[in-house]
Amino acid sequence: MKRVVITGAGTINPLGHDVATTFEAMKEGRSGIGELDIRDVDRLAIRIGGQVKGYEPESRFNRQQQALYDRFTQFTLIAAEEAIQQSGLEFGGKLAAEAGVVLGTSGGGLSTLDDNYRAVYEEGKNRVHPFIVPKLMNNAAASHVSMTYNLKGPSFTVATACASSNHAMGQAFGLIRAGFARVMVTGGSESMLCFGGIKAWEGLRVMSKDGCRPFSANRNGMVQGEGAGVFVFEEYEHAKKRGANILAEVIGFSMTADASDIVMPSQKGAARAIAGALKDAKINADQVGYINAHGTGTAANDKTECAAVASVFRQHADKVMISSTKSMHGHLIGGTGAVELLACLMALKDGVIAPTIGYDEPDPECALDVVPNEAREAQVDHVLSNAFAFGGLNAVLALKKA
Amino acid sequence: MSGQVKDRIIEIIAEQAVLEPSDISLDQSLEDLGIDSMGLVEAIFSIEESFDIQVPFNANEPEKSDFDISSVQAIVTAVEGLIKKQTA
Repeated sequence: MKRVVITGAGTINPLGHDVATTFEAMKEGRSGIGELDIRDVDRLAIRIGGQVKGYEPESRFNRQQQALYDRFTQFTLIAAEEAIQQSGLEFGGKLAAEAGVVLGTSGGGLSTLDDNYRAVYEEGKNRVHPFIVPKLMNNAAASHVSMTYNLKGPSFTVATACASSNHAMGQAFGLIRAGFARVMVTGGSESMLCFGGIKAWEGLRVMSKDGCRPFSANRNGMVQGEGAGVFVFEEYEHAKKRGANILAEVIGFSMTADASDIVMPSQKGAARAIAGALKDAKINADQVGYINAHGTGTAANDKTECAAVASVFRQHADKVMISSTKSMHGHLIGGTGAVELLACLMALKDGVIAPTIGYDEPDPECALDVVPNEAREAQVDHVLSNAFAFGGLNAVLALKKA
Repeated sequence: MSGQVKDRIIEIIAEQAVLEPSDISLDQSLEDLGIDSMGLVEAIFSIEESFDIQVPFNANEPEKSDFDISSVQAIVTAVEGLIKKQTA
């Protein structure tokens, strides 16, 4: 089996328009959540979110590109550019055929759907722009990355709600490990902060009106965010040979299904995924210094997740640091695991653990070290990143210091 | 009205070709102007929006379509015909 390393990272998310700014925000424990600035916000009960602010599509993309790129695709391309530039890779000849792209998203071009449903249903228009289909399809982002960078190997999109990015990165890892590809561009993107997107989530009654406070006893729900995280996964020998800057090594992945409920998480399903990732990585729980939690800030997730971690880590559960960066950037749904993997890279590379901000009151049902409110300096060699999706689909990645 | 139709169509075609309207001449074909099939359907959409008409065009069999797209002039003539028919 081949070893897999990360040689590039890129992002645009509510905390910043690149990796450096995002790291800064995570180190400062800054929140990117604020009042939503979207059409018809006055008809919404939920009016906060992690929006990408200060972003002007026309400064990055020309008119033809904007006609084809939904916001989730735009975010993907911006993050991919940063990641691929950092990797220093160019895709030609044989390498192009051995390089692919697998990305996660849940809603795909949801704001394109929203805008055009509005046009035909609300405004009574009888025609829509010819490119609505290629703009809204879930694989649009993966395809545009493939086209932009000449990636001709295995390429597809994974949609498993809130675990999409982790499942995508797990697939990228597996493809390189098994020898199906040498380089994979992977991660995920989401942009459902539009009227219809928020309205649908309101219906579930799991959203907070005032903030995301994972693991805190006074938490009252999740807050949605938007953005993308994209990484270059590369076969270790290939990276070493060309003297690439290795950010971290991906050493394990596990996915499980709860097979129980469409929305309620299961402790057993989550625990099996965590234990599976450790086993796949051939490490013991006591070697793990940090876990990036799924940590949505809902009553159900946080206590189930803490119980799952406690059951796998046993006597080491008190020592491992576990934080939810959703407290800062919100829940990026299909893109969330990708942006959260940045916190894992920061822990391994910079020795800084991102905090869980908004933490007011301990909850006996979440009695772990959640790195409350302030980032912490700590040397860690192994980290995990959890994602547990609606539908009971769980995906956990294990990373190691380069 | 005819001059206005022509000018607007040239504007739409120029936008797709990423040229100035003054660079477009009536005898040019869309191919001459570097407009591909995606650009063509986008231009047809803009024409429909601008003149509030339905353009009969199927991208699967453009040659069987009643809508003549062989040159800029042909498109102007076809659109003028459609406006007359559909707003009569």
